[in-house]
Amino acid sequence: MQIDDIDRKLLRHLQDDATLSVAELAELAGMSAGPCWRRLEKLEKSGVIKGRKIDIDYRALGYGVLVFLRITLDKTRSNAFDEFIREARKLPEVVAIQTLLGRVDIRMDVRARDLNHYHEIYKARVLALPHINEIEALMLVSEVKNTERLPI
Amino acid sequence: MIVDLDDIDRKILRALQNDGGLNAKEVGEVVGLSQPSAWRRIKKLEEVGVIRGRSIILDREKLGFDVVVYLGIKLLAKGRGSIDDFERAVSAIPEVQLAQYVLGVYDYRLKVVARDLSDFERILRRRIMTLPSVGNVESNILLSDDTSGEALI
Repeated sequence: MQIDDIDRKLLRHLQDDATLSVAELAELAGMSAGPCWRRLEKLEKSGVIKGRKIDIDYRALGYGVLVFLRITLDKTRSNAFDEFIREARKLPEVVAIQTLLGRVDIRMDVRARDLNHYHEIYKARVLALPHINEIEALMLVSEVKNTERLPI
Repeated sequence: MIVDLDDIDRKILRALQNDGGLNAKEVGEVVGLSQPSAWRRIKKLEEVGVIRGRSIILDREKLGFDVVVYLGIKLLAKGRGSIDDFERAVSAIPEVQLAQYVLGVYDYRLKVVARDLSDFERILRRRIMTLPSVGNVESNILLSDDTSGEALI
């Protein structure tokens, strides 16, 4: 789908505030509601707008610890990636798994209630995952910036 | 402050995690509540800060951003005094979506979106490597996201 400057303007406003109504969005973009609605419809149909999501504060829910694990796998095993990912996806505390190209093969985010809880998950479940060669851990201290905003 | 949730709150959060575009009526239908009581509970989850906000999910590839890179950055030891300068400057880079201060082998962890590899190279050379006190930088390019959709609630 071709995206023009008006589409980009609408998307920028929605990145600022996803709760805007069509009428509010149209006013911000300086157009009338009908054409604005039609453009949104098109952006959603074509999958440029995939949906909306809520931002949950896990700290408020008692998950105070977030650790980023950087994992290298034993690549002499032919199924290392598939088997590792399949098992890792079963762990509820693993909230993100990504395959990377670089010095690290997999990165995995683990949420825990506190450091003791994290240590338990790490010992009993993470280290039991198959084909791990090396693990490095980074623990989140503070977030300087966190946005999914694209520079469109 | 830690917020105590009951089972219905958890169901509401799970429903909204599956689809953040649901309105109170639709959430009510999923969890078996009337619209007004679903609305009151969602409102409360927002007021106590469990739901911080809503955002739109865009398809980055359809918008021309084909490359995502995770960076590990070490600051120069003598530059520790200028952490504020580093943080201010890194936050101002539009292609940086995530900047996190971490403990471990790196000091900061960054997520950068770029149109392609040469666009990434430009961002790395002109914007990241020129940040105040930046030392060692490691790049890992995202190949695939294998996260399972299940919620931790």
